[in-house]
Amino acid sequence: MPNVTYIEPNGNQVQIDVPAGWSIMQAAMSNGVEGIEAECGGSCACATCHCYVESHVDAIPAAAENELSMMENVVAERKPNSRLCCQIKMTPELEGLVIRFPEAQS
Amino acid sequence: MRLRKEPDLNPMIVIGAGQSGLQVAEALRSESWEGPIVMIGDEAHAPYHRPPLSKAYLLGEASEAQLTIRGPEALARKNIELMSGAHVAAIDRVAKTVTLGDGRSLAYTGLAIATGSRPRPLPVPGADLPGVFPLRTLDDCRAISIALESAHNVVVIGGGFIGLEFAAVARKKGKNVVVLEAADRLMARVVAPVISDFYRDLHTAHGASIVLGAKVTELHGENGKVALVHTASGVAFPADLVIAGIGILPNTELAAAAGLEVEGGIVVDACSRTADPAIVASGDCTAVRLADSGLRRLESVQNAIEQGKAAAAALMGKEKPFTAKPWFWSDQYDVKLQMVGLSAGHDQVVIRGSVAEGKFSAFYFKAGKLIGIDSANRPQDHMAGRKLLDKDVWPTPQQAADEHVNLADLLK
Repeated sequence: MPNVTYIEPNGNQVQIDVPAGWSIMQAAMSNGVEGIEAECGGSCACATCHCYVESHVDAIPAAAENELSMMENVVAERKPNSRLCCQIKMTPELEGLVIRFPEAQS
Repeated sequence: MRLRKEPDLNPMIVIGAGQSGLQVAEALRSESWEGPIVMIGDEAHAPYHRPPLSKAYLLGEASEAQLTIRGPEALARKNIELMSGAHVAAIDRVAKTVTLGDGRSLAYTGLAIATGSRPRPLPVPGADLPGVFPLRTLDDCRAISIALESAHNVVVIGGGFIGLEFAAVARKKGKNVVVLEAADRLMARVVAPVISDFYRDLHTAHGASIVLGAKVTELHGENGKVALVHTASGVAFPADLVIAGIGILPNTELAAAAGLEVEGGIVVDACSRTADPAIVASGDCTAVRLADSGLRRLESVQNAIEQGKAAAAALMGKEKPFTAKPWFWSDQYDVKLQMVGLSAGHDQVVIRGSVAEGKFSAFYFKAGKLIGIDSANRPQDHMAGRKLLDKDVWPTPQQAADEHVNLADLLK
């Protein structure tokens, strides 16, 4: 299974086997990774699953218009590698993906 | 209150393992409660996201496992004991215990009631026929998912969020869909006519039949399952699958039996406190006493989460009132409806964007003050609106209608 490293706000690293087809948000939530709230459950309606993509940036499909609009209002600093991780689906190409969560989501 | 972990320390008990119950339990850990936490849920599952049930789950785009908010191992790491499939029969506020359905008694240090809500039952003959479903839980949706595969004629009773989201799913799956709404427009309890009309057109364009002013009088069965839905106007709609989405009822019975104040919900203050200093309540089951002494009951994820945070803080003796303006959303076809504030009582509506292009927001004003915004595929308006309303800053109606005015600039 593809492997994803999540970096929590305190720097702690959590490695999770994320099944293909799952969103990066879903695996983080069900495994209790710190630093993500994902209030809306993956509907791209809350902007509380903000993450920084630290690797594989070019292998991830670009953000859709809706996601870009929602990201205008993330609480933590928006950076060029900011994404809402409910919109990133795991694929074999993302093996070894590194995701960092910001200090705050809401 | 003792905070150190001691063997004889009674747990914080959370009744309910939904979005709000989980929030209380985890927020207790954030609030440095180091004693035991027991979360008691009547469903068989670990806490899961309910909103995707009527959308991604029934479309087959998300599995049950993908709906999980927090799995058993993640809960165990936080030392939160989940008792699933367990029923709480009674609360004894004097002894500070809860009694489970199996007769066991558990003592608590503090108690959070997050019992949620249940679908309002259809008050007509035939409502219990096979083929008629409520849509609230994962178990409901497991059954609906199976029935939907072989269904041809789907009748949705109730043109609110749940009914319309399901109607969109059923149309995407190629079913014949009729939506029967008793009021004269869709989602009438929440949105303004301009939004109702837009959604009627949206569903009609996707091939669903929307019938307004339709009062269902009886469900008729054939061969042991539902076959016809009769309305007061004498029309009978063929149906092999009926979804009843006519609202929810807060689960307040446990609180009422324990002598807590219940008025359309378990009455709490902005900090989720009941009159009993050891008991808080949060989520769908509550009604908040407002400053003007009125009561407000919200049914939303935001409310479940924010009241849950406030409830945990209150159990630890802190005041963290939930004061943000309410927000909601609904996904139907490819349109995301996002709502912030409460538009009831508005005297002016202005539109920003284009209704014809399906990207617009309705700004609701009351006596010149912005009180709510409904946005269809305009997330930027919604997110700016949340900040504006929370900071009590608002555009004039003219500014709201003018796309050249950047709403976020008003906050600077």
